Order: sequence, then C-alpha cells, then structure tokens
Amino acid sequence: MFIKQLSVFVENIPGRLERVSETLMDNNINIESFSLADSSEFGVFRMIVSNPDLGLKVLKKEGFSAMLTDVLAIKISQKPGTLHKVLKRLYDEKISVEYMYTLSTSGDNTSIIMKLSDLEKGLKLLINNDNIIK
Amino acid sequence: MIWNESKECMSRDEIINLQSARLRKTVDRVYHNVEFYRKKMQKVGLEPADIRGIEDIKRLPFTTKEDLRENYPFGLFAVPQSQVVRLHASSGTTGKATVVGYTRRDIEIWQECVTRVLAMANIGINDKIQVAYGYGLFTGGLGLHYGAENLGSTVIPMSVGNTAKLIDMMEDFNVTAIACTPSYLLHIAEALEESGKLDKISLKAAICGAEPWTENMRKEIEAKLNIKAYDIYGLSEIIGPGVAADCQFHNGLHIYEDHFIPEIINADTLESCEEDEVGELVFTTITKEALPLIRYRTKDLTSINYDPCECGRTIARISRFKGRSDDMLIIRGVNVFPSQVEAALLTMGEVSPHYMLIVDRVNNLDVLEVQVEVEERFFSDEIKKLESLNKRIRNVLQSALGLSVKVKLVEPKTIERSQGKAKRVIDKRKNLV
Repeated sequence: MFIKQLSVFVENIPGRLERVSETLMDNNINIESFSLADSSEFGVFRMIVSNPDLGLKVLKKEGFSAMLTDVLAIKISQKPGTLHKVLKRLYDEKISVEYMYTLSTSGDNTSIIMKLSDLEKGLKLLINNDNIIK
Repeated sequence: MIWNESKECMSRDEIINLQSARLRKTVDRVYHNVEFYRKKMQKVGLEPADIRGIEDIKRLPFTTKEDLRENYPFGLFAVPQSQVVRLHASSGTTGKATVVGYTRRDIEIWQECVTRVLAMANIGINDKIQVAYGYGLFTGGLGLHYGAENLGSTVIPMSVGNTAKLIDMMEDFNVTAIACTPSYLLHIAEALEESGKLDKISLKAAICGAEPWTENMRKEIEAKLNIKAYDIYGLSEIIGPGVAADCQFHNGLHIYEDHFIPEIINADTLESCEEDEVGELVFTTITKEALPLIRYRTKDLTSINYDPCECGRTIARISRFKGRSDDMLIIRGVNVFPSQVEAALLTMGEVSPHYMLIVDRVNNLDVLEVQVEVEERFFSDEIKKLESLNKRIRNVLQSALGLSVKVKLVEPKTIERSQGKAKRVIDKRKNLV
C-alpha cells in the first residue's frame, strides 16, 4: 500500500532536529518510524507520522521546508532471503530503489518503506507475487 | 631606483602646470570625439574653453562604471577602431563585461608606469621575474609582463594555476622577483615551506596587488620569504596595474600624476575632501587616447597626501585602501558584485533570491561560499536531487562570476532579513590581520 511520508530539510546545525521533534510533540503527533539521510551539510529527515497533513502544516509554520511524498509500505516475513526476493524482482524490472527503511517489526513480520523510481509499477509487481508480500 | 626622475620628482607647480595643460587637451578631445562627454558637458553648459586648468576640474561631470556599461562595448572610445591595438575586459555587475581599449601610445604609457613601479622596487635588468597574475582579458598578467620587459628584466610568464611548476622554476632559474596577488604569494610561501625549498630560492622582491591586503600581511610575506614586498594598485578602466605603487618606505602609494589626476571626494555629497581626509578616489586620465575618462569614480576609499616622500619622489601618495564605497568584493583578484550572484540565481527560476556570500581565506587563498535557501518548491525528499540542485547552482554561479564557488543549501528564512538594505556579504577576511 501507499502511505504518506513527511520529509523535512534540516541543516547540519545543532538543535535543528530537536526543533522538528519538538514541533511534532507540541502538536501531539506521533512519529511511528523515521530515517535520517545525511550529507556533509544537510540532512533529510523522513518520517511516518500519525497525522502527516497536520505534521506538514505545523512544520511549514515553523519555517521548515517540508513535503509529503507517497511511499510504498510492504510487509515481508522475517526469513532469510525475503528482502533479496523483493529487490531482485524490482531489479529484474529495472525499477530502482531511491531509499528504504524499516517501519516496524512485529512477530514474524517486518514492514518496510520504499521509495521507488516507479511506485505504481513496483506495487503491482510486488502484489502479484504472493510469496513476497504478506 | 627612480626610473623617470623628470616626471616623478617635479615640483608641485610643475605638476600642476603639466596636469593643467594635459587636462585642457583631454577635455577638448573628449568633447569633440565622445558624444557621451559632449552631451554631459552641454547639459551643464560647459565648453572645453571653460576648463583652464586643474582648478576647474570640479566643474566637469563624473564618470561611473555604469556609464561604461551603458556604453558597452566601445561607446566611450575616443579614437577610431583602426587605432585600437588591444582590448581588455573585466567582469561587470550584470554579466556584461567592462571593455577597455588601448592605442599603441596607451600601451607605451602603461608599460612606462609599470616599469616605474618595478624600478621603485629595485628590480632591474639583472632580475628574473615570474609574472603570476592571470594572462588574458584581465590586465594583471600582460600589464606586468610589458612593464617588466620594458625595464629589461627577464620575464617568465607563469600566469596562474600551477604552483608546483612555479616553485620548480623559481628554484631552477634563480628567480629574483615575482608579481602576483598577496594571498597567492602566501600560498606559494607555504608550498615552499612544505617542500623544504624555502632556503633554496633567490627571491628578493615581490610586487603584489589586485586585491586589498594589510600592512601585517606584508610583514608576514617579508618575514616568511625574506624578501621585500611592494604594493601595486590599478584598475583596468584607468589603465590597469601601475596607476600607483609604494616605495621602500611603504608610506602610501605614489600616483603617476603626469598621467592620472587624483581627487578624493565625499561619496555622498560628491564634494572634494581635504588632504588626508578619507573619501572616494576619483581619477581623470590625461594622456590616454583610446579611452580617456573624466573624473572616474573608482569606489575605492582612501586619503591623499601631497608631501614629498623620503624616497625623493614628489608625486602625491594615497594611503592604504580603507574599503569600498560600493559593495564590490575582490576575491582572488576577481571583482564580484553581490548583484551578479542575485542575477545568476534568478535566471535559474527555482532558487530563492535570499542568499548570503561568505568570503574567507583558507590556507591563504580566498574562498567564496554562497548560501542559498532551500525553498519549499524545490525541496526534495531525495538527497541526490538536492545534491544535483547544489551542483546546478554552482555551475551557474561559476560561469557568471568566473570564479570557483562553494554552494551551501540552507533552511528557508535562516538568512537574515533586514529592514532596508539587505546584508548580503560576510567578509571574514576583514578580521584577519
């Protein structure tokens, strides 16, 4: 399925990340999962939050550059080789992974977030392969 | 030594008489040959005959860099193209270059001025000099080259960019003099130190200019390299390097008053300043043929002193520069206006006009960082897209400025907004001594 990811631009200056988390906390928004992509001078803080639209609004109000992006959330089983199957399938169809991270792990399953060069095609591809997505 | 005693050591009366005669001729020439000046003079009801001597110079209109730009490329030239033997150009404020032209006689005057500078630094026919200014449209390289050749020194036209080769030749050829920017010379000194060649070179003098430097920087250069360092000043609009330079007493820069009449004005009221009062330096060229300029506003802030110098020269001296009356920066000898950066960013369409220039000196080389706000509309959740944006901005700026630039993307609204005139520049070099 597609879900909305909240991304925000943060400069590599002490206190900026903390300002993001504080803003979300003040608005009672829960961060369910996140990944921080870093470069030498700035980072992109990507989050799955309880209320992405409100999150976007409050971060913008704070002066941040933020955006909502559709990303793919898929659940795979906690077994050797499942991630490889997903990636291989995408690779075979020449779909590239822009980035990915783990949303949650519970029991035998792990949910992962993926941004693909072609989300629609990627989703179809993975859904039609029952052995991969749970 | 004094290269041209008859011109560098005249009495004040002789200087005034010579300047007055040459000014009258120049005014007559521009009135009849340059429409721009004729119109300007007619507008204030001035005729060439009204200018009897330098006491009347204040009645003449000013010329600015904008005037040069508006008359791009050759509108202010006073001779037909057939008499122009050389063109040089410097970067302008909006992308268009400022073009200057020389007749054969202009080139001779220019090299005479540079020769005087080199002789003042005690450089002569037995010296080998590396000219390590850029050769090309910039006046630094060819200006020093012709002056040194005219003097009879052995010229090594290094240009810029290959420090290792420069150092090898400095050692192998027993080079005794160098002409380059002071920051580049400090960089060379460090490279010499690192390669353990500091005591293997025969350098004794350096002619440094094309960027502002301090007395402390001169002392540092002299101590590190065990040489004498001299300050040379000039601007392409007036002729190029060699308009003024300092002697062994380093008590101000001697202006070649037989070719250029200096004035100091208050940049706000445009009234003349007193002797020793700091104001904007204004030049009138009185021998140039191709591009004579009347009361050209240099935007450089300094003061003037007419007392004869201990060295024997009687020509006026200007003090070390105190800054600029506009916002122009000189970075590695390249003129940079913040407005150029703004114009370049706006051509991209996707970048906010909020930017900050941070100029610093790292390992003795000037570096320019341009901070640009990452606005909503071009933010991406993908790092590679942000990095490619950074690269696009860098390419656009580098080609607009002719200078390597580091671009830093910053968060929106973090660059200071100010009431009125925006602060666009942080020049950290000013804190260096």
